[in-house]
Amino acid sequence: MSSGTPAAGFGSIDCDVHNAVDDIAELFPYLPQRWSDYCVEHGVTSLAPAFYPGRAALSATPESRSSGRAPGADPELVRAQVLERGVDVAILNCLYAVQPIHNEDWAVAMAAALNDWQAQRWLAADPRYRASIVVPSQNPQRAAQEIERLAGHGGFVQVLLLANSQVPLGNRAHWPIYEAAAAAGLPVGVHPGVAGGNPPLPVGWPSTYLEEYAGAALAMQSQLTSLVCEGVFSRFPALKVVLLESGVTWLPSLMWRLDKNWKGLRREIPWVADRPSVVIRRHVRLSTAPFDGPLATEQARDHLPRFLDQLGSVDMLLYSGDHPHWHHRDPEQSLLQFLSPAERRQVLRDNGLATYPTILQGAAV
Amino acid sequence: MTDLLTNPTSAGVRTEGPGTGIVDCDVHNTVPSDAALRPYLSARWLEHMDHVGPRTYSPYEAGYVYPKVSPAGGSRTDAWPPGGGLPGSDLDFMREQLLDRYGIDRAILNCLYRAAEQRNEGYGAALARAVNDWQVEHWLERDARLRASITVTFEAPELAAEEIRRAAAVHSGFVQVLLFPRTLAPLGKRRYWPIYDAAQECGLPVGIHFASTTGAPITSAGWPSFYIEDHTAMSVAFQAQVTSLIMDGVFDRFPELKVVLIEGGFAWVPPLMWRLDALYHRLRVEVPDLQRLPSEYLRDRVRITTQPIEEPERPADLLALIEEIGQHILMFSTDYPHWDFDHPQRAFQTKLPAEMRARIMRGNALDYYALGA
Repeated sequence: MSSGTPAAGFGSIDCDVHNAVDDIAELFPYLPQRWSDYCVEHGVTSLAPAFYPGRAALSATPESRSSGRAPGADPELVRAQVLERGVDVAILNCLYAVQPIHNEDWAVAMAAALNDWQAQRWLAADPRYRASIVVPSQNPQRAAQEIERLAGHGGFVQVLLLANSQVPLGNRAHWPIYEAAAAAGLPVGVHPGVAGGNPPLPVGWPSTYLEEYAGAALAMQSQLTSLVCEGVFSRFPALKVVLLESGVTWLPSLMWRLDKNWKGLRREIPWVADRPSVVIRRHVRLSTAPFDGPLATEQARDHLPRFLDQLGSVDMLLYSGDHPHWHHRDPEQSLLQFLSPAERRQVLRDNGLATYPTILQGAAV
Repeated sequence: MTDLLTNPTSAGVRTEGPGTGIVDCDVHNTVPSDAALRPYLSARWLEHMDHVGPRTYSPYEAGYVYPKVSPAGGSRTDAWPPGGGLPGSDLDFMREQLLDRYGIDRAILNCLYRAAEQRNEGYGAALARAVNDWQVEHWLERDARLRASITVTFEAPELAAEEIRRAAAVHSGFVQVLLFPRTLAPLGKRRYWPIYDAAQECGLPVGIHFASTTGAPITSAGWPSFYIEDHTAMSVAFQAQVTSLIMDGVFDRFPELKVVLIEGGFAWVPPLMWRLDALYHRLRVEVPDLQRLPSEYLRDRVRITTQPIEEPERPADLLALIEEIGQHILMFSTDYPHWDFDHPQRAFQTKLPAEMRARIMRGNALDYYALGA
């Protein structure tokens, strides 16, 4: 709560809501003519991400499909289905897939257009919307320039990267992005999605979407390992990373494995001076949907207190509803009901305020 | 010698002896050099060995793209035999340093010779066959405590299936088929099914053992920089494989097939099972042939070795974790002679109830493998 006292009645931040581009032509007003012409002349009709197949149940709740437009495409509908249901600030993570574009110049133009479209179409539509900066991660220097371009705009509170990147996110090639994010005081959110052309699993291309989506939790574990081992947090001590929509319950097992390996192998990464779990607790936050806890209530009651002890504290957890994605259980059922009122308030609100220090500044957009 | 050796054959006559009687499910015997395999190769493949040699996915002729923490594939520095040769290559020294010292009744050898990675499938199959014949002569026939896994060229599944049937007929000391987690495609894919068909027919579990070599990166974000990342991420590869085996229907198609995950950790099991069960609920239309919840396949059909033992920050959490997974799932292993060896008496940093300990150190492996004969 460093950045001011919340307004009266301020109750919750939803840190993972997905706004969608219904028609690529919506972006044309924000594109240089050269690139809107390119889209038309070359028959580019959509960059909707295959990572969320439109027909798959998980990709959108039934009610979010009601408008006839792409789920998440209508600011009014999202307002009704998210903001009017007790969410005071919603952070939009737009997954329109500019990151896998191979043509770097086109990607740079599309990312900028997408951000300008977010500012006009969403941030201006309701003072409770915030957005993540979509960056052309194909070229980290130009991604950093996009961050710098938007850093002064109070509505943008995070930099968005995708988990299936071309090279691991800790890799030094990505550091200009972290430098720009840290300079702007913005956390970096890592979300499932495809930015590179690698097989989606360490064992190749799976048969099913179910495996691919399940694999997002695996991708996140590898990205977290990379961010820690490469020394990103040693080099950028103020940087916070938010792991979005990829489960939470796996974190203790990864911290144990990484701590144990660090004990044996730390000479390989001498810049990691603290145990990885210490670094992770200091710098990393996770969104709560999907939580991936036990399905049976009894088992959850047994496991969750132990899980929270293993996590270290609830400080690491940020509430998310993940609209319009449709998980098996909503986050209230899977986690929040097991927390004390004080812990619930932390997850719903205080942790978000601490993680996104500029989030209330944008309120007067 | 123990009761295991005098009461062989079927599970029914096995007595759970009073001794420590450990079953070590992961020990590495090392092919000293290619020369050791020459007696088992035909003239055609000897010529290949002499004039072409190994061609794998690695950019290097020798060693690893992620150099391990110590020489000889990350071996303990004290595991070099005093008489010379590589760690794991000298049975007498293995007896002294492992089998006799810790009272190990049964040790399952997982030879990591790189036959399966050969891009020339015929050469790979010839090497696999040679490795297996070498294991019979130099290991299985020399110590009644030893059992071995069948080395196969799993990327050439028809050839692998042939070798499984051959080796199983050659020696009853082969108790498992050995695969690696870093495959070119997920192991549930139909291309690999001939392996499961042969394994099931021969009554052998399929073991998947840690190995860091493949043609594809270990993360969906490409190649990491460090060995510590490669090693840490291996548990992720195991998770992807077990997910594939379940979702592609391998356990339904091969109802007697058993799978063992070796050296990939196990703390990840509960979170993965919760995730898969939840996703199954939402996306089951994609996998309508599954007969059960994903987690049920794992609990019934998969066993997991313990090394490298999980080390929760609060040691007592290990006990809670094992209870959550189920004490019948885990089987003890040392990974001798590698650097992250687990000491049979010191690996578990919390006290386990006697029955749980007995199951993990011995009983589960006796139930799962045909170790008596």
